[in-house]
Amino acid sequence: MMPALCIIGLTKYFGALCAVNDVSIDLLPGERRAILGPNGAGKTTLFNLIAGDFLPTHGSIHLFGEDIGKMPPHHRTRLGVSRTYQNSLLFKGLSVLENLFLSVRGVKPHRLSLLVPRSADPHLARAREWARQVGLAHKIDARVSELSHGEQRQLEVGMALAGGPRLLLLDEPAAGLSQAERPILTKMLRELPRTITILLIEHDMDVALQWAECVTVMHNGAAVFEGTPKEAASSPTIHALYLGDHDRNTRSSDSRT
Amino acid sequence: MLLQVSAGWGRIARWTLMAAAIISYPHFAPQFWVVNIGAYAIVLGIITLSLTFLAAYGGMVSLAQMTVAGVAGYTLAILSSHAANVGSAILPWPWALAIALGSGTLAGILIGLVSVRTKGISLLMITLAIGMIFFYLTQQNTTLFHGFDGFRGVKAPIVFGMSLREPIVFYYLCMGVGIALYAAVSYMVRTPFGIALQGIRDNPRRLAALGYWVELHQVAAFGVAGFVAAVGGVLSLWYHGGISPGSVGITAMVNILIVAVIGGLGQPRGALIGALLFVLIQNFAIDLFIRERFNTVIGLTFLVIVLFSPDGLIGIWERLRRNRKRGLRSAPNGATN
Repeated sequence: MMPALCIIGLTKYFGALCAVNDVSIDLLPGERRAILGPNGAGKTTLFNLIAGDFLPTHGSIHLFGEDIGKMPPHHRTRLGVSRTYQNSLLFKGLSVLENLFLSVRGVKPHRLSLLVPRSADPHLARAREWARQVGLAHKIDARVSELSHGEQRQLEVGMALAGGPRLLLLDEPAAGLSQAERPILTKMLRELPRTITILLIEHDMDVALQWAECVTVMHNGAAVFEGTPKEAASSPTIHALYLGDHDRNTRSSDSRT
Repeated sequence: MLLQVSAGWGRIARWTLMAAAIISYPHFAPQFWVVNIGAYAIVLGIITLSLTFLAAYGGMVSLAQMTVAGVAGYTLAILSSHAANVGSAILPWPWALAIALGSGTLAGILIGLVSVRTKGISLLMITLAIGMIFFYLTQQNTTLFHGFDGFRGVKAPIVFGMSLREPIVFYYLCMGVGIALYAAVSYMVRTPFGIALQGIRDNPRRLAALGYWVELHQVAAFGVAGFVAAVGGVLSLWYHGGISPGSVGITAMVNILIVAVIGGLGQPRGALIGALLFVLIQNFAIDLFIRERFNTVIGLTFLVIVLFSPDGLIGIWERLRRNRKRGLRSAPNGATN
């Protein structure tokens, strides 16, 4: 079967710092993969490379067989790559509906349209539907700056989904959520259809190991482990990384967004 | 329900009253107040509207909007008949007008292409540099731009036997065009293009990640702003009956930014409010104070606004209105709903 995402020998240098070092990952269509690793391991940089925020120093990225490694971000998005950010990147001056509408419209033609959408506009309807799905139907006309942190995280995920992606990159979607808010999000993640292939960065080991079918562990820019959650739980490498026997020199220049 | 209905009627009454005031204004006001204050404030307001549009919805503050207006003004002057009779009436006026508006729009697009990768102070500096280049070009080129003298005696076209520069006709022309452009801008910001533009203002990186070509939208916004400024430039040419390097010099460029900030950079109507106050100060600072103190007065006004209301006169007005509403609500006998 053709992999949904095929990364070979991906490497990114920032000056002398090697943020991502010769990483190769194959994702099957519909796969749920978690990426673990301490701060500064290069997880977010890996996401930035796949989404196109940076160009890699070496290596290739193929999406369903198509070379996307050198495309600008908006081309990759139109091909079905979508992501969330560790710190929500939302349009704070716009309403929830407008944020989702932009997400739905982003992968469609006529982005420069000069016609005000009618209330029966199908894209507007999709945006409303997404607001309902991420539990923000009651806040649909509220400005994003008025939402709580948890609601902003829900919107962040909704925006990544609204464009109908084939590959979804989730960068710590539960970051900063309270214990009460977490279940809404994990439930939503569980219910996503198998037409979407998902790569998830998550610090909470319990969440990641319960949800994922396969785990990749990164350390100092390199992928140091790949296996099932069960293997990960018993892996000495991972225990060393998380319990601290291993070299704990995490990088000073963390490449988070 | 009853309250809502009466509120609706109140709004209709307010709009009717405003329309009546706008239409009847030139019939009772002296000509100076109709043209030199009223019409000129709208002309300045239109050029400022182009900047406010860029700033409020695209998050881009450009100093070169007066330059764009100047490009359109110079183009029309070159193509029109004028007293010096050099290069006179090369084209019938509708064609000349279309080319002038087109060249202004194109100038806006070109400025956008050059400056779109910068923002904030860098954008300001780049657009300032572009404006200075155009200023020195007009001042030093004598073959096309007539150097320091510029163009004098440019006549507004005559339509149905009436010169568009007749005081009352010019007032209605400016008012009509101003309202149309304001409506167009207000409409545009609700279209997918306009919403995406506001997305760029809030977070360009995310908009790119949603599939939008950010730079294309920014350049298009500069084009739209270029057209608006070009319209203002044409009206300004007709108002002054000419154009010279002073019209596109640094003072004129900065004045547009000052007008925008005084009115409020966050909303299109701030442009017109700011322009009105600016023109009033420009005309009456001389009477109120010693001559040549205009710049002191406008400078002080600017300072007071920036210090006390970063969102300009519009901001002050909205705060007053909010406070009044809150006052009504907390009043012991206030109506509850």
